[in-house]
Amino acid sequence: MADVKDFISNDPIAWCPGCGDFGILNALKAALVKLGRKPKDIVIASGIGQAAKLPHYIKCNCINGLHGRSLSYASAVKIANRELTVLVTTGDGDCYGEGGNHFIHNIRRNTDITVIVHNNQIYALTKGQASPSTDEGYVTKVQTQGVISEPIRALEMAIVLGAGFVARGYSADMEHLSWLILEGIEHKGFSLVEVLQPCVSFNKKNTYEWYSKRIYKANDDPAYDPGNYVAALQKASEWGDRIPIGIIYKAEKASYEEKSGLNKRPPLVEEKIDDIDITGILKEYA
Amino acid sequence: MTIKISGEAGQGMQAISTALAKVFKKAGLHIFMNQDFMSRIRGGNNFSQLRVSERPVFTLKGKSDITVCLDKGSISIHKPDMAEKGIMITDRQKFGTEETGPGFFDAPFYDMAKKAGGSELFANSAACGVAAGITKISFRLVEEALKEIFADKPADVIKINIAAAKLGYDFSAKYFRSDAFAVKEGAAAGNLLMNGNEAITLGAIRGGCKFYSAYPMSPSTSIMENLSRYAKDFNIIVEQAEDEIAAINMIIGASFAGVRSMCATSGGGFALMVEGLSLAGMLETPIVAVDAQRPAPATGFPTRTEQADLDFLIHAGHGEFARAVFAPGTVEEAFYLTVKAFNLAEKYQIPVLIMTDQHLADSSRDIDPFDMDKAKVERHIISKEDSKKVTGYKRYQLTETGVSPMAVPSWIEDVIYADSDEHTEEGHITEDGKIRMSMVDKRFYKKMALLSREVEEPTAYNLSGADMVLVGFGSTYGVMKEACEATQGKKLGFIHLSQVWPFPSDHIAGLLKRAKKAVTVENNAGAQLAKLIRRSTGIEVDGSILKYDGRPFNADFLKEKASEAVNNGRR
Repeated sequence: MADVKDFISNDPIAWCPGCGDFGILNALKAALVKLGRKPKDIVIASGIGQAAKLPHYIKCNCINGLHGRSLSYASAVKIANRELTVLVTTGDGDCYGEGGNHFIHNIRRNTDITVIVHNNQIYALTKGQASPSTDEGYVTKVQTQGVISEPIRALEMAIVLGAGFVARGYSADMEHLSWLILEGIEHKGFSLVEVLQPCVSFNKKNTYEWYSKRIYKANDDPAYDPGNYVAALQKASEWGDRIPIGIIYKAEKASYEEKSGLNKRPPLVEEKIDDIDITGILKEYA
Repeated sequence: MTIKISGEAGQGMQAISTALAKVFKKAGLHIFMNQDFMSRIRGGNNFSQLRVSERPVFTLKGKSDITVCLDKGSISIHKPDMAEKGIMITDRQKFGTEETGPGFFDAPFYDMAKKAGGSELFANSAACGVAAGITKISFRLVEEALKEIFADKPADVIKINIAAAKLGYDFSAKYFRSDAFAVKEGAAAGNLLMNGNEAITLGAIRGGCKFYSAYPMSPSTSIMENLSRYAKDFNIIVEQAEDEIAAINMIIGASFAGVRSMCATSGGGFALMVEGLSLAGMLETPIVAVDAQRPAPATGFPTRTEQADLDFLIHAGHGEFARAVFAPGTVEEAFYLTVKAFNLAEKYQIPVLIMTDQHLADSSRDIDPFDMDKAKVERHIISKEDSKKVTGYKRYQLTETGVSPMAVPSWIEDVIYADSDEHTEEGHITEDGKIRMSMVDKRFYKKMALLSREVEEPTAYNLSGADMVLVGFGSTYGVMKEACEATQGKKLGFIHLSQVWPFPSDHIAGLLKRAKKAVTVENNAGAQLAKLIRRSTGIEVDGSILKYDGRPFNADFLKEKASEAVNNGRR
């Protein structure tokens, strides 16, 4: 049996006190304990930003690379060894801004990875500029007249692009978030778990108080069917006085591993490569 | 003898030249074949050049002995490049042209195509037959070659192509009485016909590549296509990425997980990969990346050749880290160096770059089968068996050599932290200046020192007797070799580098000391190799023969330029 102690890292945490990231870290640990796999069998990939530091604060394999690129190496880790559990911890800037193209195409690729987007609606590591998800009108040191671009609608995008698991959590509701993460890991294929996460230093609008007033649990309504594409799109578009959290959309679809045939043979990393016989193909050039 | 086949894109020049190459190879002759494409799918002027010889051939000649024109436009384009006693094959009836005289042979191959198969589509096979007939080669070989070329086509299509070729062949037998272009069957040629990109593909398979990711870009794309053909049989995953940034980051991810991985692109795509290259340097993740160069800046000449990425490749990436850059000169080197690239990348946990160009990528030669004993996989990661014994693993453990043991995630009981921030031995983020210096020493100085010790030795030919020594890298090997061999009185020698980074400074300094005069031969405008030699050895060469029209050197052009350089000293 896995225990939360198995996942303790001795690396000192460099987040601001009160940061929403702590809730996500704890929720992730709780989900991994329930998952029951050893830390050595889990890889967490990240890019740049406060969210990207998370893999250091938990004991799992970690590949902490470049801004925006985490989905690329995460998918490839899964392709190289499909037996690993692969997660990504990324932020709204990392995933929706710098990594926007990889976000689009890794949803299409549909490797079995779980992407946790810490969405604090602001750039925190660079001290307070607008992110792709900052609300319109919000004033920053750069957007001095307020943000004029529309915020990205990542959940709707993900559904439209064909993601089979689209969820939203709230960092202050650890138990609910932990459930979402575990559901995401257990879903076969690309899973998006966006987490609303207050930034106590740079986002003075979307605070704990602001979110708490608006958030409601979509799955508490027995009439809501996350398998209904149209209803899910409508639910994902809700943003304002009421903001839904929970499993917004869920659909079974074939993963990259299934479609590429990877799942029918030993993991790529197990392939014997010491004396590959190419004499058969040389004949084609004769 | 040089045979040129010219026409519009889409007329099947490549099929004919490949068929003819096979014909002559079957006849025991040596082959060099290259493609000259425009960046378009239909129209324009494309041509294929085929050199046939009793002796091994490595490059092009300036003039063509037989020129096959599949369209009217080809006549005026290629007339100036006909050999003095060369012949041009045209279809006057189809083109409505008037060319007559000893230099022209009129053959109604469009008509023959219609007779054989009811369609002008088979004109290329008919023209192939006409050309073969002129060389008096046995038609049996033409038939065999066409069967091989069209092996994946329906039986009736193969039959029509052979029938069209036969009509062409018989026409030449009847109306082309001269033996001027008759070839004698040779003793034996190398038994494989292969181009540079095919050799890289086979090197990757032999070298244990199990994951390949790229975005299509000429002239690298055929590596991805070739590898895809064999992917299923060899359990290789070929993933077409959304862009080159994704491609290189994907291969870094697969490599982190223990799988040998590669990407290929051309200069523009490589520019996008540069950030990822730096990441591979920082994470100390082995990767192999190919830059098949084409003329730049920006889009340049998408389908033509250049060697202007030398400076770019040896310096690419923010920050300082170790790398190796190979520049294969021949099809054989492309194979062996690709295998070596995988071994070296893993041994030192570094990016290894293979710099080729369109000329090497798309030129085929007859070669002997590869020696598999010289193309062996050497593994340097902790094996699954040994992983059981690993405890207290630190990904960036400081060692004497700078190389830390590389473990595979999940094979060891410990976890692995790999980080692009400056990191501790454990792989956690640090801002400590002393650790920073140890890590830079490890990633940069120590690894570079070790890499320098096993650098590929340059090839040297006829240095002591020569009045002039040519110095080149990459695809100019063949043209330098032939220019030297064709020069009377041993006046020319050459030095060829198949590895340009770490720069083999000691070797080059030693070799250049033996040369009376030396000039670099480069398919670029900046004399990048000459400057690199000066930076690395302090030696200033006596000039550079530069070609930057997007076309490869040919042996005649180089011989002429080299003799000018002998006479004039500096360029």
